[in-house]
Amino acid sequence: MQNLALGGLLLAAAVVPLVSDGYWLSIATTAMMYIALSTSWALFSGPTHLIALSTGAFFGIGGYMVGTGMSDYEQSFWTMALIAPLVATALALLVGLATLRLSGVYFVIFTLGLAEMVRNLVSWVQNNFLGSRGLYVLTDFTEAHIYWMLLAVAAVVFLAGSWLNRSRLGFALRIIGNDEEVARHVGINTAWSKVILFMTTGFFAALVGAIVAPRYSYIEPNVVFSPELSFMVVIMALLGGVHRLWGPLVGVIPFTLAWEAITVSFPNSTTLFLGLSFLLIVYLIPHGFTGLFETMLGRMRK
Amino acid sequence: MTPGDTILRVQNLTKRFGGLVAVNDLSFDVREHEVMGIIGPNGSGKSTTMNLISGALKASSGAIVLKGADLTPLPPHKIARLGVARTFQLVRILPKLTVLENVIAGAAFSHKPRWGAEAERFASDLLDRLELGDKKDLGVDALTYIDQKRLELARALASEPEVLLLDEWLAGLNPSELQIGIALIADLRSEGRTIILVEHVMDAIRSLCDRCVVMNSGTKIAEGTPAEVLSDAEVIRAYLGEG
Repeated sequence: MQNLALGGLLLAAAVVPLVSDGYWLSIATTAMMYIALSTSWALFSGPTHLIALSTGAFFGIGGYMVGTGMSDYEQSFWTMALIAPLVATALALLVGLATLRLSGVYFVIFTLGLAEMVRNLVSWVQNNFLGSRGLYVLTDFTEAHIYWMLLAVAAVVFLAGSWLNRSRLGFALRIIGNDEEVARHVGINTAWSKVILFMTTGFFAALVGAIVAPRYSYIEPNVVFSPELSFMVVIMALLGGVHRLWGPLVGVIPFTLAWEAITVSFPNSTTLFLGLSFLLIVYLIPHGFTGLFETMLGRMRK
Repeated sequence: MTPGDTILRVQNLTKRFGGLVAVNDLSFDVREHEVMGIIGPNGSGKSTTMNLISGALKASSGAIVLKGADLTPLPPHKIARLGVARTFQLVRILPKLTVLENVIAGAAFSHKPRWGAEAERFASDLLDRLELGDKKDLGVDALTYIDQKRLELARALASEPEVLLLDEWLAGLNPSELQIGIALIADLRSEGRTIILVEHVMDAIRSLCDRCVVMNSGTKIAEGTPAEVLSDAEVIRAYLGEG
């Protein structure tokens, strides 16, 4: 029954490009991008409560590598879309090993700093050694193709997440989020458990970055390594709720629509609205929509 | 049950915190099926010793050897996987997990890992034995203090430990709960489990421990049966001061 419902949902999502016009398809593609990003982000940050602001860095590696590979090294899109996530995974491994001892706010700041560092480093290398500043990503993909690829990635993220929720690794992460000291003393290698999940989120963020690169056509490090993206992913995941696999999904859809309205009406003050919505979510619905639903369900049963 | 061979050996264990020597050249052996008590006045290094054995703290020098394996350089999760389980001085249960999940947490990553239906069955049986069976699907915030203590003990037992460390497990219980608690540890003793316990409750030490190590200012000042050490002149001096 549940599988049937999920299959139906997937099918409904797959026909979106066939029934919508360019405007709505573009919004749906953006939403699908954030569904894949926020859901994979929550696989790590949900159970561990470690807020990672590094999505932009991994996403940027995906986009930038596709750009530089296709523009400067005459590689195919597919080759680069395969290599980029592996590079991001390796970087996530290094970052993970370096940040093992950091907790709470220190981890947040480190990941934010990391994203900025990668962005500036890539810009600097690009400006000083590689000549051109921008990179062209020219493919035959239509928006619908990109949408379907993102849908496939999102589906894989959901499969991975549902496997994780039933696995010992997923259970280990929940214990770590509850009490890391206890986690160590029941035999959990807390360091590796966290690193493996952090690598997973890095992998998916870079894959998504690679897939959406053809959407931009023209890639600039400052654009693809966007710190705003890191915050968007966190806000949407928190809005939906990170303690359920489908939580981020119910946050992404309304937020993408609201964000579209905001950027059209107030193009110069988007950062202001980003901060405002962050405050509102944290104050009014700290456990997101899913937390809200569950509290209401609990009240109705009583 | 009669004690068997030596299972855990503490050799010249020393822990310094800056200039303070919390544990000073401590040595003792624990035999299989034995309940070993570590007692002493506040600040004598008992809990530090427990933390050194479980790996929460690293020794400055000396060694802790479990069945021939040197635990001294290992991180806590590896020590746990060699069969050392513990409870904490201030009870630590996993607040967002159910009672049953708290126990499975002890079983899933141990030296005899259990997972899935088998782990659930095993954890349920343990909870039944500790009289928490009817609460297994509840959140832990529904538990009374002694039930939280029981749950923490169930989590430690779920790993089927070679050596069980109980760090003031009886502390904070009221007089009637204390009797229940002592009876529970007595059950574990008669099952032949190997236990090291740090305790202040003298009744518990007399009735539960096969042998005791008495510590004062980080140093071992006596070792023997509870009756022997509690009549030792130096032990009395350590507890009551110069007469």
